[in-house]
Amino acid sequence: MNAASPLLSVRGVETYYGNIIALRGVDLDVHVGEIVTLIGANGAGKSTLMMTICGSPQARTGSVTFDGTDITRMPTHEIMRMAIAQSPEGRRIFPRMTVLENLQMGAGVTDLSHFDEDLQKVYELFPVLKARRNQRGGTLSGGEQQMLAIGRALMSRPRLLLLDEPSLGLAPLVVKQIFAAIAELNRTEGLTVFLVEQNAFHALKLAHRGYVMVNGSITMNGTGAELLAREEVRAAYLEGGRH
Amino acid sequence: MEYFVQQLINGLTLGSIYGLIAIGYTMVYGIIGMINFAHGDIFMVGSFIALIAIIAFGLTAGSSLAVLILALILVLLIAMALTSVYGWTVERLAYRPLRGSFRLAPLITAIGMSIVLQNFVQIAQGARVKPLQPLFSGGFTLMELEGPTGAVFRVNLSFAQILIIVTTVVLMTVFTLIIAKTSLGRSQRACEQDRKMAALLGVNVDRTISLTFVMGAALAAVAGLMYLLYYGVIDFYIGFIAGVKAFTAAVLGGIGSLPGAMLGGLLIGLIETFWSAYFSIEYKDVAAFSILAIVLIFLPSGILGRPEVEKV
Repeated sequence: MNAASPLLSVRGVETYYGNIIALRGVDLDVHVGEIVTLIGANGAGKSTLMMTICGSPQARTGSVTFDGTDITRMPTHEIMRMAIAQSPEGRRIFPRMTVLENLQMGAGVTDLSHFDEDLQKVYELFPVLKARRNQRGGTLSGGEQQMLAIGRALMSRPRLLLLDEPSLGLAPLVVKQIFAAIAELNRTEGLTVFLVEQNAFHALKLAHRGYVMVNGSITMNGTGAELLAREEVRAAYLEGGRH
Repeated sequence: MEYFVQQLINGLTLGSIYGLIAIGYTMVYGIIGMINFAHGDIFMVGSFIALIAIIAFGLTAGSSLAVLILALILVLLIAMALTSVYGWTVERLAYRPLRGSFRLAPLITAIGMSIVLQNFVQIAQGARVKPLQPLFSGGFTLMELEGPTGAVFRVNLSFAQILIIVTTVVLMTVFTLIIAKTSLGRSQRACEQDRKMAALLGVNVDRTISLTFVMGAALAAVAGLMYLLYYGVIDFYIGFIAGVKAFTAAVLGGIGSLPGAMLGGLLIGLIETFWSAYFSIEYKDVAAFSILAIVLIFLPSGILGRPEVEKV
């Protein structure tokens, strides 16, 4: 793969729910080693884009390319076996499995020779998971569940990590901890991250580049700092949001 | 007392057969939330395949015990394998195309598949009952008691009963371990709890569901062979009543719960047997279903079922 071509490339993607259009021709790139964020209001289509990348639902037109392979029409489980992992909206941990079993599910698609090593890494990143490893997922707090969802995604050794609203409904201190963990993974391991967030301030500060989505279309993009400085972004997503 | 012990043995034997069938109902319900009404008929097909295999091997009570046991293991494996193909095919043809359709749709095709299987066997094998000469005669006499009139009452544990109970215990243990410890079992539980998330973790959901049907059908085939050895007669219609009983057992134990299915099976078997023994044999089904109704009033999700509310 040549260094300039993006790891993930979304071109002209339109996604429908029945007859209702949710994404109106989205273009977006994520390069190796980047943290890219997508911000936008509730209902803008951010999570739909995330799920479209994973093939559920599939894009009606346009294409999604990962590492040079067209994955637009591939079934979800095959896409996920190409070293893409998602920590989805609402976390979706398995409530009646233990923390350890949830993490094992995350590792399901890779060969198990480095399972223990990966497990230790996740435990180092989120020590609370180690303490709770034999507890059922459903009994964890919201913040712990989010850590588990991210840890589970990391167990597959992803080349691209998709994070959907990791800050949703969490205490500010926990949000800080989770964002610090993402930054750390990106810095030390070079992990490529695509982050969907409503918490625009934190997301733009963390990300190298950002996109703004309104009503199913990308309206702005630029580096995190550029977007943070734009008046429209501040007015729409930040005022009152962070102070 | 001797009478009670004898009925207990009979009840446990019958309950084991119900339990094996009930597991198929409960596993399928757990993973796709539908009642597979064709499952009772899968059990019936398993029973016929076992009978055909026994006849093909030329097994009779005269065969030596070692030959008999080896051949029966082979019969069991053949029945499990071929019945699994039926289970897989039913899912592939009648349920998978309707996944994502309204909830009632697969239920209706399930009833359709049940009718198809019954009629297929009726045409292929004839409508008459098929007898099998007992392969095992004898057993152990556990107790012997002379009554006041001089009549002797014996508590018997037949070889067939031992075979049924031991096989059931072994298979239950194996299946429980598969569900609890293997990655296939984890995938099944993941699909049960959140199918979409399972796919997002690389689980092939369709394949996992197919394998669940295969496992259920394999256990139903075991039950089919056991039924054949125990009662010695089968016909194309045995799947209906056994299926209803096993389904009742699954609901009683808590549908979706594996130990619940086994417990429910044993309870239904015991209730039926004891009711027949002490009250009237005509009302044994009424007794079993009444107990179900009473349990569901106080424990709506069954004995070992989990309540609907979950903290997520």
